Amino acid sequence: MSTPTPTEGSRTSRDGRSVTVEVKVPHVPLPPEDLDTDEMILNMGPQHPSTHGVLRLEVTTDGEIVNQVRPFIGYLHRCFEKHSEKVGYPGVVPYTDRMDYLAAMNNNHGYVVTVEKLLEMEVPERAEHIRVIVAELNRIASHLVAFGTYALDIGAVTPFLYAFRERERILDIFEMACGARLTYNYYRIGGVSGDLTPEMIGMIGEFLDYFEPKLKEYDNLLSYNKIFIERTAGVGVIPLDMALGYGITGPMLRACGMAWDLRKNDPYSIYDRFDFDLPLGEGLKGEKGDCYDRYMVRMREMAQSCRIVRQAVEQLPEGDYILPKLPKMIRPPKGAEVYVRTETPRGEMGFYIVSDGTANPWRVKVRSPCFTNLAIVPAISHGVMLADLVAIIGSIDIVLGEVDR
Amino acid sequence: MAEYTFFGGMHPNLVYALAMVFWGVVILGFVAVLGLYLIWLERKVSARIQSRYGPIYVGGKFGWLQTVADTVKLLGKEDLVPRDADRLMFNMAPAIVMIATVMTFAAIPFGPNLIIADLNIGIFYLLAVSSLGVVGIIMGGWASNNKWSLYGAMRAASQIVSYEIPVALSLIGVVMFVGSLSMAEISQFQDGGIWRWNLFRSPFLFLAGFVYFVAALAELNRTPFDLPEAESELVSGFHTEYSGMKFAFFFLAEFANMFIVAAVATAMFLGGWSGIVPHDVLPIPGVVNFLVKCWLLIVLMMWLRWTLPRLRVDQLMYVCWKVLIPVSFFLLLGVGVQMLL
Repeated sequence: MSTPTPTEGSRTSRDGRSVTVEVKVPHVPLPPEDLDTDEMILNMGPQHPSTHGVLRLEVTTDGEIVNQVRPFIGYLHRCFEKHSEKVGYPGVVPYTDRMDYLAAMNNNHGYVVTVEKLLEMEVPERAEHIRVIVAELNRIASHLVAFGTYALDIGAVTPFLYAFRERERILDIFEMACGARLTYNYYRIGGVSGDLTPEMIGMIGEFLDYFEPKLKEYDNLLSYNKIFIERTAGVGVIPLDMALGYGITGPMLRACGMAWDLRKNDPYSIYDRFDFDLPLGEGLKGEKGDCYDRYMVRMREMAQSCRIVRQAVEQLPEGDYILPKLPKMIRPPKGAEVYVRTETPRGEMGFYIVSDGTANPWRVKVRSPCFTNLAIVPAISHGVMLADLVAIIGSIDIVLGEVDR
Repeated sequence: MAEYTFFGGMHPNLVYALAMVFWGVVILGFVAVLGLYLIWLERKVSARIQSRYGPIYVGGKFGWLQTVADTVKLLGKEDLVPRDADRLMFNMAPAIVMIATVMTFAAIPFGPNLIIADLNIGIFYLLAVSSLGVVGIIMGGWASNNKWSLYGAMRAASQIVSYEIPVALSLIGVVMFVGSLSMAEISQFQDGGIWRWNLFRSPFLFLAGFVYFVAALAELNRTPFDLPEAESELVSGFHTEYSGMKFAFFFLAEFANMFIVAAVATAMFLGGWSGIVPHDVLPIPGVVNFLVKCWLLIVLMMWLRWTLPRLRVDQLMYVCWKVLIPVSFFLLLGVGVQMLL
């Protein structure tokens, strides 16, 4: 479309400050007859009840069928990696809390393990056990949110409240441990910031006894509900080769059938001492790798996390919860770089830290699992219905804080 | 024609006109109180299912006045019409939905002599008039000038119109069995104890009761069929752009419709004003029986809403056309055969 051209006959106003111009707008031809103009471009905008966070999806639909989805991210970008270069190694820990804010302990764990590898630092046994307990409890809490919000997306309102009721108990335990309910800042380089008292251990035991039967209750309520199965089985199927090609990790990859969990395949911390199974997607109700499988993997993982917590509590030794002699300033050798990956509830979170010998890291790069997992959405949403798109996005379990950092 | 006068001198037409106005006011008052009560009940039932309390502060321990407070709040909201929206249709849509609902109250048999209009085509009138609501929904969706509202309205239209058919078919079985369209006669037919209720008189009517209930849930846009208002997908569906009293009208109409569905199910299948035991054994007033049964069905509808997830639009159509309609045809056949034998 060409710009309009002014015609003769421009008039200046009396005070000389404005000019009125007559403009002739050229005729814009209509689109050709054979152009299909039935498609509607919808914006499931940044504020939408079922895009979990500030995610914008530009959806091209033909009636109810989705032709194309383009995710737009960046609404929650807060320049964490840039900030990390200024606050010093211990100062980055609160920033990691705020990335995947539903699983803050796991993020902390990932970063702290990376720095300890950079410094070749050994962490006391009790601290390691506390770390595992708290990380696995946070995995349960995060999966509860995934379960609750997924049910809400599908239309069942009640499981959301049940999930958050359970989560309150976990958050009470965390509040006793570190004072915060969501962004914990609990881990320190060399251990954790506070010890677990026997009272807290008792609360953890009580919670586990209370929670494990609840998983059966959720199964009765939702997992075998015919309507739920119809909505999720066979929807958003990801074949294993596509998943590997896109770099999918975490419960999504396990739902495609691959037994890959960094806690088993590339153990960090003391995860190799615990006995737990990896729930895999089996295509029981639909096809392997569909939304139902992703949902079931998360449900079963909660039970496995309970197992890990029980074992860790049993094996919890006496000792220090943080290294007694911490270096005054965390200063890794110049030129040292390391990439350590950990298994968060959403997948493989990797921290790549490059040190330049000063107290501030030269570069902290975060490999975010949700960012990679989200990339598969355009590929699997061609031809689904709008309601299925909501189910697919919900089953990826994205947290935009982590996607955008 | 004889000059019959009422009350010593009033012309019959004048009295009829006054009676119309009077009963209209009565119905509107009943609908308002019903709306108040049912919204409170929904909040309490949903809260208890979700392991919380619900309203407990406004108006005493049980939050009786919560709905009143909500209504006052809604009355005070800005009544905005979106830019480029079709003003006339936008304003008329909630009115049409409300009118369709309120008109049905005239033919509900609350008790042995407690029907406002004892039409001899009772149930036919009810079905016809309640179908007008879908016009209001489509108008609301279109006139909002909002793609999401349009989606909601389209879904609602296809859903409601499709589910009219199993609703009507399941009720035809009852009409055949009883032999009359009149609501009063159908309730009278079932009078005298639980074994005389239509639901238990015939296995086909038993199933027809369930078919009616499911299809009527879809008519009401209640979960599991609440796509037109699927909050997690379309924000609020066809009533996204409505605020204040207009929104309240849509909301109230939904709850009044719930009552209508429960009332029709009670009258047609559950015995109307008949008690569980005959009236001479335990003389409970007919209207009490009727309202208690309606109440139980309404609580059942609320229970289902807060337990079940939502069906997708194609699954919903599948259920209607490929499951409910063939089943209701079969049940009709069964009732007919049973009547012959």
